[in-house]
Amino acid sequence: MSLLTALRDTYSGFKSLLTGLRITAREASKPSITVQYPHETLKMPERFRGHVKLVLDPVTGKSRCTSCNLCVRACPSDCITVEGIKREGEKKKSVSEYTLDFTTCSLCGSCVEACPSDAIEYSKDYNVVSLHREDFSRMDLVKKLEAEAKVWAEKNPEAAAAAAAASAAAMAAAAAAPAKPAVAPAPASAATPTPTSTPAAAANPVAPVRSPEPKTT
Amino acid sequence: MSFLQIEPVRILLYLVGICAFVGANAAYLVLAERKGAGRIQRRPGPNEAGFGGILQPVADGIKLLAKQVMVPPGTDALLFRAAPLMVMAPPLMCLAMIPFSDSIVARHLNVGLLFVFSFGSINVMALMLGGWASRNKFAIISSARVVSQNVAYEIPMLLVVITLLMVTGTMDLNEIIHQQGGGIWHWNLFKVWVNPLMPVTFVIFFICMLAETNRAPFDMAEAESELVAGAFTEYGGMGFGVFFMAEYANIVVGCSLATVLFLGGWQSPIGVLSGGLWGAGWFLLKLYGLIFTVIWIRWTFPRTQFYSLLNLSWKILIPISLFTLLLTGAMMKLPVVYHQFF
Repeated sequence: MSLLTALRDTYSGFKSLLTGLRITAREASKPSITVQYPHETLKMPERFRGHVKLVLDPVTGKSRCTSCNLCVRACPSDCITVEGIKREGEKKKSVSEYTLDFTTCSLCGSCVEACPSDAIEYSKDYNVVSLHREDFSRMDLVKKLEAEAKVWAEKNPEAAAAAAAASAAAMAAAAAAPAKPAVAPAPASAATPTPTSTPAAAANPVAPVRSPEPKTT
Repeated sequence: MSFLQIEPVRILLYLVGICAFVGANAAYLVLAERKGAGRIQRRPGPNEAGFGGILQPVADGIKLLAKQVMVPPGTDALLFRAAPLMVMAPPLMCLAMIPFSDSIVARHLNVGLLFVFSFGSINVMALMLGGWASRNKFAIISSARVVSQNVAYEIPMLLVVITLLMVTGTMDLNEIIHQQGGGIWHWNLFKVWVNPLMPVTFVIFFICMLAETNRAPFDMAEAESELVAGAFTEYGGMGFGVFFMAEYANIVVGCSLATVLFLGGWQSPIGVLSGGLWGAGWFLLKLYGLIFTVIWIRWTFPRTQFYSLLNLSWKILIPISLFTLLLTGAMMKLPVVYHQFF
């Protein structure tokens, strides 16, 4: 009786080994499922939380940030610093310096939630490595946005040109508006080049982009 | 042809040929192993060095050669250095007996089978010496395991081989292959009219071969998760490299032997196309088929526990192989006895 049991056990054990071999053979015939990392990368999922970044507005090619400081106040670890300036021709302030201290950021997302103008979002950037602590403790998001804008401009030349022209036009209009009352006191030598050049740009939005120097006067 | 029969030329050819064959096999079986592991785990395996990883063994070899071979203080330096050589020598000797085809055999010997088994058992002594000379507790535990494992598996293996010897009646490997000519049904594996348990005999031989070469799932000599690297713990650089090469050389020898004894060696499975280089082709095909199975088994089954390893040998393999031995003897001799008396 026990001999029979032993034989049956041996037989069923051997059969289970063959089952195992069949499973691995079946797996081996399927295509490989790994990603060859440096050569190919996965698309990050929609809800991936990288460090926060400034959103590039696809219409203007700039940030939407108005430097309202709500994100700074929302941040529980106090790791955001925002500085804004008022540019000529724009109704709201625009961001000039957005520094994130990524060493203390806990990626809680309060800043993204707090932002009234949808100007910040999580980046999909996971390849973050550096030899310098400053690259994380003083992460310059404006600089990153500028780099992104450059790439964007190269990829969409029409949209970039339109955006640049629009901003130049707005600037010119803004420059022209305060320039009129200033005509009288201002010396003719300084005032004359500005009015002559600005209406042309304002009238023709698709004209080549001019340098926004005139506003200095 | 007469030039090839001059003794020194023959020795030289054998040395160069076998060393090249063993070296190339050891190098590229490592790659095949890693590629096979990758395939089974659904990843591509090493694929950066060269086209699709074809240069990976070269890179590994350069790395191993560039490393320093350390002899730890307090060890038996002579034994420590001798162990890798002793583990490498037996497979090189054994391959001299293996007939790759009817005419491609380094040295024809009418007791080739005995020769292979006597040299094959040196392997375990070399592993034991390596572990002992290392003066390392993990290495010594591993050596003890290797010895008891090899003793346990030598018995069913030899019982199986004796069964086969009773069928073939010769120890001449080439003669054994000649007897299996004329198609797949003449192979010893399928000679069920001699002994209905012949396929079981082959499975036992194969299992014992895995255990003798210390392959997973019986890789007690190198149980990484328990014993660091087992008997190889203190070896670095090419000392380790030689042990590694010897493992694959032993697999080649074991699979060649299984091919010769059970799968008809260089005989064609269909009865035609079995002469000259065709023979070598068939032999290598069967050999690499078996080696592939060895790799497949390694990446399918986890390592067994040590007592279940010994249980398998003493409680299952030895009784079954003894039974097949008796059955074969009975089936061969009973007709004779019957004719004697009736």
